[in-house]
Amino acid sequence: MIKALLFILWISFLSLPFMGIKGALFLLFGISFAYGIFLAVKKSSIIFKEVKMPGISYEPRILYIVIFIILLALPFGLKDYYLDVVILAGIYIILALGLSVVIGFCGLLNLGFAAFYAIGAYACALFMTKAGLGFWGALPLSILITMISGFILAFPALRLHGDYLAIVTLGFGEIVHLTLNNWDSLTHGPNGISGITVPFIFGFALGSLSHYYYIVLIFVLAAIFIVRRIYYSRTGRAWLAIREDETAAEAMGINTTKYKFLAFAFGAFWAGLAGALFASKMRFVSPESFTFMESVFVACMVILGGLGSIPGVIFGSLLLVVLPEALREFQLYRMLALGTGLVLMMVFRPQGLIKPKTTINHRGH
Amino acid sequence: MILEVRNLTKAFGGLKPVEEVSFRVMHGVILSIIGPNGAGKTTLFNCLTGIYSPTKGHVLFEEKDVTGKKPYEVTAKGVARTFQNIRIFGSMSVLENVMIGQHTRSKEGFLSAVMKTAKFRREESEIKSKAYEYLEFIGIADYADADADSLPYGDQKRLEIARALATEPKILLLDEPAAGMNPQETIELMKLINRIKEWGKTVILIEHDMKVVMGISDRIIVLDHGVKIAEGTPKEIQNNPDVIEAYLGKEDIF
Repeated sequence: MIKALLFILWISFLSLPFMGIKGALFLLFGISFAYGIFLAVKKSSIIFKEVKMPGISYEPRILYIVIFIILLALPFGLKDYYLDVVILAGIYIILALGLSVVIGFCGLLNLGFAAFYAIGAYACALFMTKAGLGFWGALPLSILITMISGFILAFPALRLHGDYLAIVTLGFGEIVHLTLNNWDSLTHGPNGISGITVPFIFGFALGSLSHYYYIVLIFVLAAIFIVRRIYYSRTGRAWLAIREDETAAEAMGINTTKYKFLAFAFGAFWAGLAGALFASKMRFVSPESFTFMESVFVACMVILGGLGSIPGVIFGSLLLVVLPEALREFQLYRMLALGTGLVLMMVFRPQGLIKPKTTINHRGH
Repeated sequence: MILEVRNLTKAFGGLKPVEEVSFRVMHGVILSIIGPNGAGKTTLFNCLTGIYSPTKGHVLFEEKDVTGKKPYEVTAKGVARTFQNIRIFGSMSVLENVMIGQHTRSKEGFLSAVMKTAKFRREESEIKSKAYEYLEFIGIADYADADADSLPYGDQKRLEIARALATEPKILLLDEPAAGMNPQETIELMKLINRIKEWGKTVILIEHDMKVVMGISDRIIVLDHGVKIAEGTPKEIQNNPDVIEAYLGKEDIF
C-alpha cells in the first residue's frame, strides 16, 4: 500500500518536466483514484469469492466455436479502418508468439527480434519484385532465409547469458536495420521496396482487405495451434527447464545448446512468416518499419501479456496494437504510457497479465 | 566396479580445489565423501558430472572414459546428481520437474508433437506415469500438481532426488542431501537412501551430518584441501588420526 503510494508519487514527479505542475498533479490524483478503484474491486472480489457462485457449467468447446464464428464474420461487420487494425494485430500476434518462444519459453532475452521480422519482410519483397515469384512461392523461401539468419545469430549469441545476450541481439537488430538502410543496390535504402503484388490462388487475386484478413487469420490460428502443441511436448518442457535453471537442465540430460538453437530457429520461423505477411499486406517495405523500437514493442507484448503464456501473448499483442489506435489523440504520450505500464506491471504483477498455467492437470487437454 | 577416478586434478589458476584424487566405487554401495568446508567435495562432483572439465586425470564410468564429456552426455550414460543449493524448476509443477528427468529416456520430437501422433501420445503418458511412480517412491505424489517452489524446503530437496532418479541413473550423486533438514526428516532421508541402494543403484553422497554418514555409508572418503587423506569403512575413518587432525586440528603438546 505504502509502496504503491510512493510509486504513484514517483511517477508523477517524473512526468513533471514535460507535463507541467498541473499535469503532474492531475496524473497524481488520476493514478491514485485508479488505484483506489483497483483496491475496492480487489476487496469486493474477495467478498464475492466467499459467496459461492452457482456453478455455470459450459463446454469450453462451445466458447471456442463462438469465438471462431465471430472471427469469421468480422470482415462483414467492421469498417475497413478497423479491419486494417485487426489484420495488423494478427501479424503482431504471430510475431509475438515467435518471440515468446525465445523469451518466454526458453528465457533468452532477445532485443533484436525486429531484425528477423525485417529479414522475412525484405526476403519476401525481393523474391516477389526481383525474382518474380508469387507470394506462395516467396513465403516458404523467406521463412527459410529468416530461420538461417536465426541460426547465424545463434552461433555467437548462445555462448552468452542474460544481459550479454541481450546486448548482442540488440546489436544484431541494429546491424540489420543499418544494412537495409544502406545497401542501396539491393534494398533501395530508405526509399524501401514497393510494387509487391498481391497473393493469387488459382489465378484469383486476393487483393481486398477481407481477403488479407482471412489469410492472416489462418496463419494466426496455425501459429497458436503449433506453438501450443510444442509447448506441451518434450521440447517445450526442455525449453522451460532451460529458462528455470540452465545448469540443472543440462544435468537432467538436456542438450541446452541444441535446444537454444531450436528456440532461436523456431522463433525466427514465425518472425519470417509475420514479415512476409506484412510485406504483402503493405505492398511496400522500408527500414523505418524495423527499428529498435519495434523490437521493444514486440518484447513489451510478450512481457505485458505474461512470459510463457500463449493466451497472454495474444492478449498483449491485441492490447498494444488496438489501444494506441483507439487513443490516437494521445499519440505523444504513447511511449510514456507504454513505459509506465511496463514499470507498473513489473512492480505489481511481474508474471504478466495472464499467468501461464503450470499444473499438469490444467495443462492436459 | 562402476566408477573409477584416476589422479583427478582441477585447477583454477593457482588454486587447486581437487588435487590428484583417485578412488574406485563398487557397484551397489553407498559411498560418502566428507571433509571440512572448502575441501573440494563439490568441485569433485562437478568434475564427475561434466559441469567442470578436469585439468588432469580421468573419470571412468563402467570402464569407459567419460572425462570432459558434457553434463547431458554424462547424464545420458547413467550418472545423475542433485545440487547443494536447491536447483528445482520453480515455476513448473512438481510432476513436470520429474517429467524433465525423463528427457534422455524419451525421443519424440517436433513434428510428432505438432501432429500429436499415436506414438507421441503413448510416450507422453508413459513419461507421466513413470514420473508419478518416482514421486510415489519419494513420497511426495500428493503434491504432483503444485508449483515446485511452493513446496517446503525438505520436500524440494526430495523432489530433486526424484527428478534425478527419473533420469534412470546407475549412479546417484547427492550433494548434502541432509543439509537444513530437521532430525525427523533426516531419518526419513536415510531410509530413502537405503531404499535407493536396495533398488540396485550406487549412491555417492557429500554430507556433513555425521549421523547420516556413519549410519548409511559402506565406505567413506575424506578430502582435505583437495587431497584425499583417508578412505575406508565408517569404523576405520572414525579412528583415523589424520581425519581427526583435519577436523579438530593437531594437538599441541607444549
